Amino acid sequence: MSTPGAPAAATLASAATADADAGAGATPVAGAIDAARLALLRDLKLAFRKRGQLVQPLAFFALVTMLFPLAVSPELSRLREMAPGVIWVAALLASLLALEFLFRDDAYDGTLEQYALSGQSLTWLMFAKTAAHWLLTGLPLALMAPLAALSLGAPLASLTGIVGSVAVGSVALSLIGSIGAALTLGMKRSGALLSLLTLPLSLPVLIYGARATQLAISGGPLLAPLELLGALAVLGVTLAPLAAAAAVRISLE
Amino acid sequence: MLDERLEVENLHLWRGERHVLRGVRFALGRAGCLEVTGPNGSGKTSLLRTLCGLIYPEEGTVLWKGENVRRDLPAFHAALAYLGHEPPLKADLSARENLRYWVGIRRRVAANALDAALERVGASGWCDRLVRTLSAGQRRRVALAGLALLVVPLWILDEPTTNLDAEGQQLVGSLIAEQLARGGLVIAAVHQGLPAAVRDVRRLELPP
Repeated sequence: MSTPGAPAAATLASAATADADAGAGATPVAGAIDAARLALLRDLKLAFRKRGQLVQPLAFFALVTMLFPLAVSPELSRLREMAPGVIWVAALLASLLALEFLFRDDAYDGTLEQYALSGQSLTWLMFAKTAAHWLLTGLPLALMAPLAALSLGAPLASLTGIVGSVAVGSVALSLIGSIGAALTLGMKRSGALLSLLTLPLSLPVLIYGARATQLAISGGPLLAPLELLGALAVLGVTLAPLAAAAAVRISLE
Repeated sequence: MLDERLEVENLHLWRGERHVLRGVRFALGRAGCLEVTGPNGSGKTSLLRTLCGLIYPEEGTVLWKGENVRRDLPAFHAALAYLGHEPPLKADLSARENLRYWVGIRRRVAANALDAALERVGASGWCDRLVRTLSAGQRRRVALAGLALLVVPLWILDEPTTNLDAEGQQLVGSLIAEQLARGGLVIAAVHQGLPAAVRDVRRLELPP
């Protein structure tokens, strides 16, 4: 049963008969999509077991947007002018705050290692993790943005546009952030470096996102910046999981 | 289908300034069991992680079924189960949930198979408790249940008996013996030697 041309090192003669083989080939293997779905569900379940971590970025976003009327001026016309910038900078920082947790626990407890050794596509698993991250931070931020916008004097008619732009923009932010989070995995205190890596890459999202929000508030046509945000999100979906998977593999060495 | 067989040729690994693996070579066929021993810091874990393809060696190749594992890592990984010295479990999930996700990502697993595996490792009584409330030995048992559920030909185990009581050590022994009886391959880094149930063990001693 031993292969001819084996190297000099001795082989253990195997007396086992072929039919004793339980056969890895006989077990139904989970497909890449199944695996990604399970990875996503696992992250969602874990997040709801640790709600404190979940609420932090949202509370941060609410607080920061509330500080501006206090610090700048309670005058609605001035606040309305600042609203897009305030909402987007707060959303960017809040999503950054949550990024540190994206892979950290999985790196500590060996989950990432098992993902990398699962025989499944690590790219898909990274995509699933990032999708879970967006569902847990980006989407809630998008749903909170109208409240912040209202308190900054935005008209009711603008709210759907604001939700849409934050929702699409935060997809891009989560994906860009996943690369940064994966690259800084090996480090003890990665927060500052993570911001330095991620913020410059996030600038286009900030620019188009703020522009879309501004147009939504002033009642202009916001389709163009929204489309650009969508393009950034699509670019992120196609490239970021690949980059994150490569960075995770490096971190496991 | 080609024979399941792991061959390691002339493996050299440097970690920074240290030459950790100096020309490791061995070959292991079906039903082969290799015990990797050596003092702390001799590179047992590094060797196992290199075999898994997590670490790129500076020199040398790992062949699975006669082919370099680097040419098709996902296929090699699908045939392999690796247990590091920490069980890969989530503290905020129960033992059962942990297995459902960990194993489920690799293969479909039926609920009764899961129950049987948990019972096998003596976890029936506490498998619905959160892992953070379990002892180190209990966590190790959960990891062993996962290992058995993966049903793969190659097991690579780093200190599989750590934290286990006498009965737990026997459990490791019988799990390995069953894997060998199926024609599977086992490579284990150990300190005190593998439990007595495992016979025909070959030994690879790493120099300090």
